[in-house]
Amino acid sequence: MLLTVQDIHKTYHTADGPFDVLRGIDLTLASGETLALTGESGSGKSTLLHLIGGLDTPDSGKILHEGRDMAALDDAGRAALRRGTVGVVFQQFNLIPSLRVSDNIAFQARLAGRHDPDWDAALAARMGLTPHLAKYPEQLSGGQQQRVAIARTLATKPRVVLADEPTGNLDEATASTVLDLMLELVAETGAGLLMVTHSEGLAARVSRRLHLRAGRVA
Amino acid sequence: MTTTTLHALLSHWWRNPLQLFTLLAGLALATALWSGVQAVNAEARASYDAAAATLGEGQYDRLVRRDGQPMTQETYVALRRAGWLVSPVVQGRLDGVRIIGVEPLTAPGGVGPVSLQEGTDLTSFLTGEGQLFANYEVAEQLAGLNIVVTPDVAPNTAVTDIGVAQRLLSKPDQIDSLIVLRGQPIGRPPLDAIAPKLTLQPAQGGSDIARLTDSFHLNLTAFGLLSFAVGIFIVNGAIGLAFEQRRPVVRTLRALGLPLRRLILLLGAELMLFALIAGVIGVALGYVIAALLLPDVAATLRGLYGADVSGTLQLRPSWWLSGMAIALGGTALAAGGALYQMSQMPLLAAAQPRALAMAAGRRAVLQGIAAAILLMLSGVLMFTATGMIGGFLLLGALLIGAALALPIILDRLLALASRLARSVTAQWFWADTRQQLPGLSLALMALLLAMAANVGVSTMVSSFRLTFTDFLDQRLASELYVRTESDAQTAALITFATPRTDIILPIQSADTEVAGQPTEVYGARDHATYRDNWVFLQQTRDPWGSTFSGQTVLINEQLSRRANLMVGDEITLQDTAFAIAGVYGDYGNPIGQAVIGEEVFATLYPDIAPQNFGLRMDPEAVPDFVDALEAATGIAATQTVNQAGIKAISLAIFERTFTVTTALNILTLAVAGFAILMSLLTLASMRVPQLAPAWAMGMTRQQLGRLELVRAIMLALLTAVVALPLGLALAWALLAVVNVAAFGWKLPMYLFPLDYARMGVFALLAAGLAALWPARRLARTPPADLLKVFSNER
Repeated sequence: MLLTVQDIHKTYHTADGPFDVLRGIDLTLASGETLALTGESGSGKSTLLHLIGGLDTPDSGKILHEGRDMAALDDAGRAALRRGTVGVVFQQFNLIPSLRVSDNIAFQARLAGRHDPDWDAALAARMGLTPHLAKYPEQLSGGQQQRVAIARTLATKPRVVLADEPTGNLDEATASTVLDLMLELVAETGAGLLMVTHSEGLAARVSRRLHLRAGRVA
Repeated sequence: MTTTTLHALLSHWWRNPLQLFTLLAGLALATALWSGVQAVNAEARASYDAAAATLGEGQYDRLVRRDGQPMTQETYVALRRAGWLVSPVVQGRLDGVRIIGVEPLTAPGGVGPVSLQEGTDLTSFLTGEGQLFANYEVAEQLAGLNIVVTPDVAPNTAVTDIGVAQRLLSKPDQIDSLIVLRGQPIGRPPLDAIAPKLTLQPAQGGSDIARLTDSFHLNLTAFGLLSFAVGIFIVNGAIGLAFEQRRPVVRTLRALGLPLRRLILLLGAELMLFALIAGVIGVALGYVIAALLLPDVAATLRGLYGADVSGTLQLRPSWWLSGMAIALGGTALAAGGALYQMSQMPLLAAAQPRALAMAAGRRAVLQGIAAAILLMLSGVLMFTATGMIGGFLLLGALLIGAALALPIILDRLLALASRLARSVTAQWFWADTRQQLPGLSLALMALLLAMAANVGVSTMVSSFRLTFTDFLDQRLASELYVRTESDAQTAALITFATPRTDIILPIQSADTEVAGQPTEVYGARDHATYRDNWVFLQQTRDPWGSTFSGQTVLINEQLSRRANLMVGDEITLQDTAFAIAGVYGDYGNPIGQAVIGEEVFATLYPDIAPQNFGLRMDPEAVPDFVDALEAATGIAATQTVNQAGIKAISLAIFERTFTVTTALNILTLAVAGFAILMSLLTLASMRVPQLAPAWAMGMTRQQLGRLELVRAIMLALLTAVVALPLGLALAWALLAVVNVAAFGWKLPMYLFPLDYARMGVFALLAAGLAALWPARRLARTPPADLLKVFSNER
């Protein structure tokens, strides 16, 4: 199994007191599988994604990446996991504004030490970014920027792709095109995809769906 | 991974060259001011060291005659025969150059700093054929003499064999002092038994120039430190803003798998690289500043204290290394907080815009507490601080406390203005200014420190000048001063001048020790010149009456402070006790002084005949009198000094001091203005989302630009209002605490409202000029950029 999540709990301490955002979540993700996480705002979708991506740590429960327990990893270990095993696509794109598109695409693969220029070029071509490689992110539209972000993630050939509302900032037509490309490429690389989305339409296009309500699987 | 990350980090600066310029320029300016001032100090200190090495000045005890006159060679021979290990010294001035004659075989350190090198003929030196050692400038000045050029000799000084010096200075068989060498034989006869007219002057006595000039250097160092603090505020601001702007990138880098430790290390390395570049630029700029300031500083020191300082600058490794160290250390200091904050911030929190604001809110509370503690501490120290360390603690607590309190004070004032505002534009303006305050507070703190330093140091220097000018009027009351060279000239002068002047006032003195302090005793003639002009710090009812009648003595402030003597205490001169009837201010004099009546002086010091005289007469008659005196008695015009001339020289020296302090004032203010400019420019890009709604709701871009300008001037004005009392407190601390510790006298403090007003105008001008460019940019922001704020594409 690519990913196993067991009985995950997470509480935030706010000014109004503790807030249990996740209350015992279990899920699995197999190679090539695509899974949509849906739910109301505040249901814990993004928090769960962050925990799986090693961006935050759970209060209790286990997250296993191909059998490796994340609890055993320190900060550097979690960073290595993010570099090599997991790829995260953010809603806000999070490109590096001072680097050109080509450098942005190659960036994470370079960090992970597995840069493949041919694969980068292929990804850029598939994403329709070849004419824009010398541009800076601010010179691109939102849809183009999100395609750069997806290309950057896939350039490392991650085992698990985590996407946090990847089309949340895009119009419907662009969102559909971007998702098609992402699903296509994930299928080609054999990775698993876990996608957080509000959109019922997008959720319907993946192989499985999980609905969260008040920190639990509904 | 390192290369990729460095590429990403450095690309930020490539895309934001203005921010890079801010950072480098801030650090370079801070380093330049610091290293420039340090270079001047180092050069002056090196000159003293060379002087000290030449004569063993301050390091060895010396034997001198009690009456200050030269001793004979027989006295020296008698002491050597009795077993005293002493070495003779003759010194004097030849064409303005200090000639020092030493006896190379017995002098400590041989011939002082002179090393044997090419061109040195020790035989010629030893056999007294007239070889002198001096630096290049002196060699040019004394072109007719046999000079061996060596850079190790103190400035404006030539070292030679004692015989040569005696011949050049027309002092045959005379010795000015004897250096008492270390390791004297036990059981040698006491000094009184061999040379009763001699007295032992202990090492580190009043002749130690370095000590006298420490106060001046202290001022320069304090200025350098303040300027550096201003610079560090700029760097801190620039780094803080750069980190703030790069926060999303940092979040992204971490999210993409860059370990935190590696990231912090790389950010640190990146900053150190910049510090290195800025340090090199700063040290080079500092060298230029020092080279421009040094001639004035040298002239000031020579005039004020008689200390010879080289007017040329040498590239000393100690100061450029310290400049580099301060650049690297300053950057580490400025960046430390930002890097620590980054290392502590959870990965996801960094993405939340409110995280920083919340952290800033917590910091503001801590800052307020620290400011309150420091200001309370400075309040306590104002009444209790003594000595140099106390003085500097007071200055530090006051300045840092006030700087930390400034954003809080401004925030409260802006909140008040916001509440009082009636029109919607005014309400928005005050609220928006308040919102901008955190981004500008470091630059405003820098401006506060710069203005307070200007007010403080200007007040101190101007008070010093005013006091000194009054003091010159008091001390140089006679219209003409005449120096005679023989008893016959003295008699001729008295015969000639008595019918032509109101009075002749002999100036006669003897060197002695009072309560362990080297002291000059003067005998004053009973005349209204003294009664009318001298100002006392403490006195009995009629100090001059009792002193002229031989019952009491008057002492200067230095002697009073150093020996803890007050009016009513007694001192002993030549075994005669005198009660102290008054303590007078004696600014610029390094050693103690006592004044007694003329008759009693003649009784106590019968061997001393006056050779200097003050003549009271109609000032208009002075030029004709000088001509007639020369014709009638042979006393040359060069032996006379017109009072107006002395005052002019003294004031010219002060003008030089002012040149140095004014130059530093302007530089500090310019650095603070630069800080405001850079902060506004950096903030400008972050301001668009705040200004776009105001624009969308009907304010024109020109209006927004104008308000930006008004905002900067208004904030500078509020800062100036805080800076004035702070600067005055700084001046008080310098005059009443630091000056007493460094100089030995307390200066009265005067206020100069016009100067402060001028400085305030300069500060507002600096702030206005700094805001002009960002305001212009804002007024010309393309509507497309403002629209992006509302666009989904953003």
